[in-house]
Amino acid sequence: MTVNARSETSMPVTRKIESQNSVKRFVVAIMRNKWLYIMMIPGLVYFLVFKYLPMWGLIIGFENYAPYTGPLKSPFQGLEWFRFFFSTPMWLNYLGNTLILSFMSIILTFPAPIILALMLNEIRNMLFKKITQTLLYMPHFISIVIVVSITYVIFGAGGIIYKLTENIVGHSIDYLGDPGVFRWMIVGQSIWKETGWGTIIFLAALTNVDTQLYEASMIDGANRAQRLWHITLPAIRSTIVLMLVLRMGSVLDTGYEHLILMSNSLNRTVSLTLDVFVYQNGIKGGLYSYTTAVGLMKSIVSVLMVVTSNKIAHALGEEGLY
Amino acid sequence: MAKKRQGAFTAQINGKTVVISNAPVGVYRTVGSVIFDCINYAVITLAAITTVLPILYIIFNSFATEFELQTRSMFLIPHTWSTDAYIYIFASNKLIRAFGNSVFITVCGTLINLFCTVTMAYPLSKKYLKMRKPILNIVIFSMFFSGGMIPGYIVVSSWLGMSGTYWALLIPGAISAYNMMIVKNFFQGIPQELEESANLDGCNDLMTLVRIVLPLSLPVLATFGLFYAVGHWNSYFSAMIYLTDDKMYPLQLILRQIIITAEASASDMTLMDPDFVEPPKESIKMAVIVVATVPIMCVYPFLQKYFVKGVMVGALKG
Repeated sequence: MTVNARSETSMPVTRKIESQNSVKRFVVAIMRNKWLYIMMIPGLVYFLVFKYLPMWGLIIGFENYAPYTGPLKSPFQGLEWFRFFFSTPMWLNYLGNTLILSFMSIILTFPAPIILALMLNEIRNMLFKKITQTLLYMPHFISIVIVVSITYVIFGAGGIIYKLTENIVGHSIDYLGDPGVFRWMIVGQSIWKETGWGTIIFLAALTNVDTQLYEASMIDGANRAQRLWHITLPAIRSTIVLMLVLRMGSVLDTGYEHLILMSNSLNRTVSLTLDVFVYQNGIKGGLYSYTTAVGLMKSIVSVLMVVTSNKIAHALGEEGLY
Repeated sequence: MAKKRQGAFTAQINGKTVVISNAPVGVYRTVGSVIFDCINYAVITLAAITTVLPILYIIFNSFATEFELQTRSMFLIPHTWSTDAYIYIFASNKLIRAFGNSVFITVCGTLINLFCTVTMAYPLSKKYLKMRKPILNIVIFSMFFSGGMIPGYIVVSSWLGMSGTYWALLIPGAISAYNMMIVKNFFQGIPQELEESANLDGCNDLMTLVRIVLPLSLPVLATFGLFYAVGHWNSYFSAMIYLTDDKMYPLQLILRQIIITAEASASDMTLMDPDFVEPPKESIKMAVIVVATVPIMCVYPFLQKYFVKGVMVGALKG
């Protein structure tokens, strides 16, 4: 900046020398830390190739991409794919499946770790707390393939839950195929897998609560419910808001790695979310341009959701994500 | 802090309320409070049982005989124990090979992850570094916006030609931007004087990193190494879309093939499905699940505190 400001009023010759100097200074600064820059090369290449090259690759959503002609020579189509997607009668169905599943899982899986964390926080027997925490964290480390496999064994025909419902309800329920049960199975699996692990972040926030607040409130005669409401919850409010902002950003992400495993031809009407649609028609079906366009819309909505919910967080007086 | 509060009014439920002498004066446990505690303990116990019961069920039943599984309905502990299912699955080398593949992918993948994460995080932790801000912005932007599934797939498979090789599983996830930022913040917390004194003694930046910084950050590296390792061990999706030779399949993908694909195609009654495999017997399915879960379950209790620490480090930043 200063170099520029000065050079405005200087003679052209001095300007040249000064700019040479600044280039020189820059080169010297780089050379002094050359090892640091060399070290960064793998990481930088990684980000450019695997994060930014795909972003540039989004242009295939605007053209009729043919793998052999490449993205530069494939015919440009403008917004044709977007128009095509909205002209198919099924797009509302995909969007509906995505939103219903997503909001169901936000409403049911988001509060679960908060409630569990508050309950664990009330436990004063440390041994009990430690054992239950160890058990509750465990499913997080079990892969989704194993979770779904266990579900297949337990809920599938002949499985223990299958037999139990037969005995209790009187007729069997097709847990794995029935479209009416599908979303509950997905949400149930997520709750089973992630609730315990999700408590960690809230428990961490809870340890930062000043214990004097509890003591003071007890002297003032607050009972446990009042302490929970007036001290504990406000203490983790900003963490809750932050997690909610993060969660809202992925409102259109339905966890395709999970859904692909649970979807079959019987529950196709409800299991086809935008993610699964992109996977099936893109990677399996080879409609690269079309599904790229659909994926791009998803990404844009996600960014907008993060920005909006962050704004709302700011309006609520919270720090939010940024 | 939690300890301090515990000392203030330690009262455990052993069927009755125990009044502890060091409780602050004037604190009495009301009936409502005791009832709440009982329900609280009960609900958490129930949650913990729900968490482990399916796993225990699978483990115990994998040791049951096929006859017992077919005839006796609903049991947790089998009457007669047998290892037939395990003998069967280890007789074919399919599963052993898949196990080996998973170990290979996990070890190589984690080493690549750690190398790339550290070499990127260390320079970015130096505030005086020129171009630091724009590079950080490049990283942060990629956390919010991505090209999505299909462009990523095209880059890896057709533009880089990695499909069919393990590179497609190891390289595209080499750095998690989130983990990298946390490691960077950790490096920033290491006292600058240590590195300066190393520089005066003639260490260049590379040697400082290896000799001074890395030994100091072993716990953090262990934590993130574990996160990366669990991620590799558990992943199936990239193996499914990039690998073509089923001799290279990792364990998770074989598991999916054996249980989920077989079951789904059986219930679909679409025998035309090229993926169709005869659904294996119950005990064999269970044994396969156990084999795929055991490595994680064995290390998990010992490493739990590192995992939790990893989340905490991230939480403090956020």
